[in-house]
Amino acid sequence: MTPTSEQTLKRTPLHAAHLRAGARMVPFGGWDMPVQYSGVKAEHDAIRTGAGVFDVSHMGEFRITGPDAARFLNRVTTNDVAKLKPGRAAYNWLPNDTGGLVDDIYVYRVAEEEFFLVVNASNIEKDWAHLQQHAAGFDVTLTDESDRWGLLAVQGPQAEATLQPHSSVDLSLQKKNAFFATKLFGFDVWLARTGYTGEDGFEVFTDAAEAETVWDKLLAIGLTPAGLGARDTLRLEAGFPLYGHEFADHIHPLSSTYTWVVKNTAHLGAQHIQTAPKQKLIGLALDKVPVREGYPVQLGGAVVGHVTSGTSSPTLGHPIAMALVNAEAGDADAYDVEVRGKLHPARRVALPFYKRA
Amino acid sequence: MQTPSELKYAPSHEWLSEDGTVGISDFAQDQLGDVVYVELPEVGRIVTAGETVAVVESVKTASDIYAPATGTITAVNDALSGGPELVNSSPYEDGWLFKMDVTEESTELTSAEEYAAANN
Repeated sequence: MTPTSEQTLKRTPLHAAHLRAGARMVPFGGWDMPVQYSGVKAEHDAIRTGAGVFDVSHMGEFRITGPDAARFLNRVTTNDVAKLKPGRAAYNWLPNDTGGLVDDIYVYRVAEEEFFLVVNASNIEKDWAHLQQHAAGFDVTLTDESDRWGLLAVQGPQAEATLQPHSSVDLSLQKKNAFFATKLFGFDVWLARTGYTGEDGFEVFTDAAEAETVWDKLLAIGLTPAGLGARDTLRLEAGFPLYGHEFADHIHPLSSTYTWVVKNTAHLGAQHIQTAPKQKLIGLALDKVPVREGYPVQLGGAVVGHVTSGTSSPTLGHPIAMALVNAEAGDADAYDVEVRGKLHPARRVALPFYKRA
Repeated sequence: MQTPSELKYAPSHEWLSEDGTVGISDFAQDQLGDVVYVELPEVGRIVTAGETVAVVESVKTASDIYAPATGTITAVNDALSGGPELVNSSPYEDGWLFKMDVTEESTELTSAEEYAAANN
C-alpha cells in the first residue's frame, strides 16, 4: 500500500472511529476499511457467541420510486419483488444479459411504489450505470443515496438483547428480513433484521452525520467492533457467496445452490439463467493446510476447478473452502487441492459449513 | 514491539540468530494476525539468501518466508505443526521456524535498532 493509493481510497463516516479503536486498515474495493481490531479469531468468536458490530457504510444504497418500481425491479432482478410486502427485505440478484451477475444485492420494500437497494461497495458505480441503462421505458426515479447513509451491522446471538433497551420498537416482534423505522439511542434510524454472518442480527441505517455517534454508543453497550477479516470467515462458514469470488459477470449464478433467488421469468438474461450451469459450487474441508482463492482443485489427477474462497475456520478449527468445479465432477466425496505445487486431500462437505443452533 | 538486540533482521521481517535459528519478528506476527498453519522446509535442503523457504498462514492470508542467509536447513520446529499459534505468542523463542548451517548471511540484514526504526 503506497501513500499515493491511500489518498485515493474512499472513507466511511466511521474512518476516524476505526483509527481510534486501533483498527488495522486495508484497501478494500476502493475503500480504506478496518480488517481487524483485536484479532480475526476473537472478533469472529464474539459474533458467534455474543454480539459484535461491523461498519458496512461502504456499501451502496439506491432508492427506486414510481408507479413502475416493482415492474422495473422484476426486470432487473431475479427474485419476485411483487411478492415483497412493505416493511420486508429479501436477498436478490442483478443479472446481466449474458447469464452472469452484475451484483448480488438486498432489496427492501419501503412502500408500494418505493424500494431501497443495498449493493456491494466495489460495484456501486457499475450497478448504478446498469440500472440507469435499463430504466428506459419505466416510470421510475432512481436516486443514489450511498453517501447519505451510515450502515452498521450488529450481529450475533445477543444482538436483540443488547439493542432492545435502546430501541423504541419491540425487537422480539420483528422477524428475519423485517425492515422498520425506530429510535436507537434517540436517533431516527432504520433497522433491518438481516446480515451476512450466519447469526441473528440487525443492520442499522443511520444518517451519515450521526453514524459515528451511534457507533460509539454501540461500542459503549458492549458490542465488539469487528473488521472485514471476521466478516469473511463468518460468511464463509455460513456458506454465503461473495461477489467477485463465488459470483461474477461470467459465473452462472445457479452454480451455487441458491436456486430460490430466481422467482420471476421476466428478468434480464432469463434465457441464459434457465440453462443448466456448467459448474457447481462445492464445500471442501481439509485437515491442516489452508487453501486460498485460485488454487486448482483436482479429481483423479485432472484439474476440475478452482477454489473461490478459503480460510481456516475459527469455529470448526480446520480449513474450509468453497470451490467452483465442472458440474459433472461436482458429486465426488474427495478431491485434491494443489497448494504450492503439492496435492493435499480435501473432502467434500455440505454447505453451509456452519449453521446456528 | 519487541526486537531483541542479539538478533539480525531482514527487511522482509525474518530474524536470524548467531546459531543460525530463523523466525519472524514480533512486528511481523502482529501484522499477520492469528497464525493457523506453518509450512516448513525439508531438513538438508540447500537454500540461497532471499529464496522462499517457508510459508506462514494466518486466517486471512499466506505469507512467504525468505531465507535470511545462504546455507543448509539443519532442523525445523516440529512443535508448529500442532501449535502454529506459537509464532504469535513466542516469536523469538518457542515460535522459531527452522535452523540453518549458515555459509553467508544476506547483505540486507540489519541490527535490531535499524529494524525497529524502519518499522515504527
